[in-house]
Amino acid sequence: MRKIAIYGKGGIGKSTTTQNTVAGLAEMGKEVLVVGCDPKADSTRLLLGGLAQKTVLDTLREEGEEIELDDIIKLGCGNVRCVESGGPEPGVGCAGRGIITSINLLEQLGAYDEKHETEYAFYDVLGDVVCGGFAMPMREGKAQEIYIVVSGEMMAMYAANNICKGIVKFADAGGVRLGGIICNSRMVDNEKEMIEEFAKGLGTQMIHFIPRDNVVQRAEINRKTVIEYEPEHSQADEYRTLARKIDENDMFVVPTPMKIDDLENLLVDFGMV
Amino acid sequence: MEHNIPKPPTAIKEEILSKYPPKVARKRNKSIVIRDPEDEQKIQANVRTIPGIITQRGCAYAGCKGVVLGPTRDIINITHGPIGCGFYSWLTRRNQTKPEGAEGENYMTYCFSTDMQDSNIVFGGEKKLREAIQEAYDLFKPKAISVFSTCPVGLIGDDVHAIAKEMKKKLGINVFAFSCEGYKGVSQSAGHHIANNGLFKHVVGLDDTVREGDFKINMLGEYNIGGDAFELERILELAGFTLISTFSGNSDMGRFANSHTADLNVIMCHRSINYMAEMMETKFGIPWLKVNFTGAKATAKSLRKMAQYFGDKKLINRVEKLIRNEMAAVNKVLSETRPRCEGKLAMLFVGGSRAHHYQELFNELGMKTVCAGYEFGHRDDYEGRDVLPDIKIDADSRNIEELFVEKDEKRYRPRKTSEEILELKKKGLEIGEYNGLMAEMSKQSLVVDDITHYETEKLIEFYKPHIFCAGIKEKYVVQKMGVPLKQLHSYDYGGPYAGFRGAINFYQEIDRMVNTRIWDLITPPWEKNGAEITAEFVSL
Repeated sequence: MRKIAIYGKGGIGKSTTTQNTVAGLAEMGKEVLVVGCDPKADSTRLLLGGLAQKTVLDTLREEGEEIELDDIIKLGCGNVRCVESGGPEPGVGCAGRGIITSINLLEQLGAYDEKHETEYAFYDVLGDVVCGGFAMPMREGKAQEIYIVVSGEMMAMYAANNICKGIVKFADAGGVRLGGIICNSRMVDNEKEMIEEFAKGLGTQMIHFIPRDNVVQRAEINRKTVIEYEPEHSQADEYRTLARKIDENDMFVVPTPMKIDDLENLLVDFGMV
Repeated sequence: MEHNIPKPPTAIKEEILSKYPPKVARKRNKSIVIRDPEDEQKIQANVRTIPGIITQRGCAYAGCKGVVLGPTRDIINITHGPIGCGFYSWLTRRNQTKPEGAEGENYMTYCFSTDMQDSNIVFGGEKKLREAIQEAYDLFKPKAISVFSTCPVGLIGDDVHAIAKEMKKKLGINVFAFSCEGYKGVSQSAGHHIANNGLFKHVVGLDDTVREGDFKINMLGEYNIGGDAFELERILELAGFTLISTFSGNSDMGRFANSHTADLNVIMCHRSINYMAEMMETKFGIPWLKVNFTGAKATAKSLRKMAQYFGDKKLINRVEKLIRNEMAAVNKVLSETRPRCEGKLAMLFVGGSRAHHYQELFNELGMKTVCAGYEFGHRDDYEGRDVLPDIKIDADSRNIEELFVEKDEKRYRPRKTSEEILELKKKGLEIGEYNGLMAEMSKQSLVVDDITHYETEKLIEFYKPHIFCAGIKEKYVVQKMGVPLKQLHSYDYGGPYAGFRGAINFYQEIDRMVNTRIWDLITPPWEKNGAEITAEFVSL
């Protein structure tokens, strides 16, 4: 089983990219598990056709100790198994601790057992790695591969660079590696070239460049992945390509986070046309 | 144990420091001072403990809930956190209290906690806290409920103050909270400050009733361990003082609320309560005097200072008469115990005032304190309040709220004119002053702040003291070295040790401890030099 965590700045399109890519992998016949690690619990909405399911933490709170795996795992489009970790309302409690609790519980309940023949487990993690809880998926060998979603916008690149620092920290202990950078285009000038250079700077690759297309938005409104909503659309092919590239990927590195000066220079060199 | 006459500790200090890594040695060097009264000496104190030294220190929660608020009987103290913090701070300080009548409120024997679980950490503990306050109220209908935050509460950001405010409104009783998460500050000292602030903000001054009585005082920094406050109350009453409130031994909420009507604050434990005295002086105009009721002579001296402050002839005579009467009994016991204790050595590592106060008692017994220091004292507790302007406020101290206090225009009433204060000071009455521990310590004695475990062992080997005073964490390690340890946090099972009768108890206790032969039996015969044990196996 390959365990993959998707990180990136808040609002960059992690959940959208993850679900569309997972749809691509499912179409290839892969057995996939998606674990949403965002208190908003919206990481599996497109696969499930809505925010229908109960989160791990809500179930834990209500049921106490009597929890069955079936209570928290729902089958989505393409037989993808979907879990939402869930968490507290904004501004209360500790979402990070929630993710730790939730992932541990999934393990204890055997969500990753071989009998499920899971080939891919995806962790879709909230925004930046703000505290220990959000680093959980890369700790203790939970996720071995990380992909960072980024765009050509400065703050997205800063966040990506920061996440790389987190990966370095856990690379020794957890054996986690960076599999590549996914560019989710925001139509920034010179975006593709800049992110390719950025990836090089981090010692990794830009695994795929996803062009911007409004079909993604339309599919989201209809609570569907692009592959389900408009399978013939060229954007669906982009996600299929990304799925294939991830499936074939063999470049796993301990990243080399850039110095802030170097990162700013990169922005000046590519961003000012 | 063979007894070494104290020698200058210069070499032992160097030997200790030489075993540390250079950075640690540099830091410890500043906290270990070989006393020289002719020199203006500085000591490093109230700084972060070095990890791994096995400190004696406690945490901010312990200082706030355990020390300052713990001894008050009619406030329900709820520990908001996982159960351990509440459980292990449950009556461990042996604070005593005397409820008024059979029906009088006393919640000190209870342990209240929200017992937070994993899901309360994840989703926040506010709901559970609200329910806990309601439950405590429904069961006991107390006058007041206070809430103490433990570490995880600070991390997840439960707004304990908002909940307290909401419940205060709902229940119509006083409810207030303390952000005394254990990790705040460098020791329990931070918790004392937080407790002082909270009491001052939420309780002091709520009741303006002027009670009957002459020479009204508050006793600050007295926690009624082993019944100390009972003995002091007896003395104060006989001397003719009216005790308005004690912070916080044998205290209740109503007395705190009324404490601003007193005319003098006397401070026992400077470290834990000086904030309260300063704030009451600024807001209400009550001067304060540092006193020490530990030791019979010290008690007499303190009573005389208090009488001098009020300047009433009748009071002064009454105090003198009391001292004469009490000292007769004291001297009787001292004449028996002192000859057996004289010349023996003591080491004192406790508190933020006790390592100073208890030197008086040992002096009375003719014993010498060769080495002493605090767990959580600040520089002013060592060097005196004159150094206050020189103390650098570091980040750890800034973390603790400093209340901005102003004169209460309606209730501010200077108890003495500035001329009267000046006149009293001229006559040697040290109003608002404290000279600290170092002033008491003789040349070539050793002062050590936040002593490390390694230093404790090395210094015991060096001094071979006849008694070591500290707390439960040190007790058995020291006793295994053949040295009796007297706990001065909980008094082991004894007390009171304050006042005249307390002094008598202490003389007898120390006499018993330093003169028992049991410590000679620590080394078993087969480990003594030259001992040979022979035995034969007998087969049946």
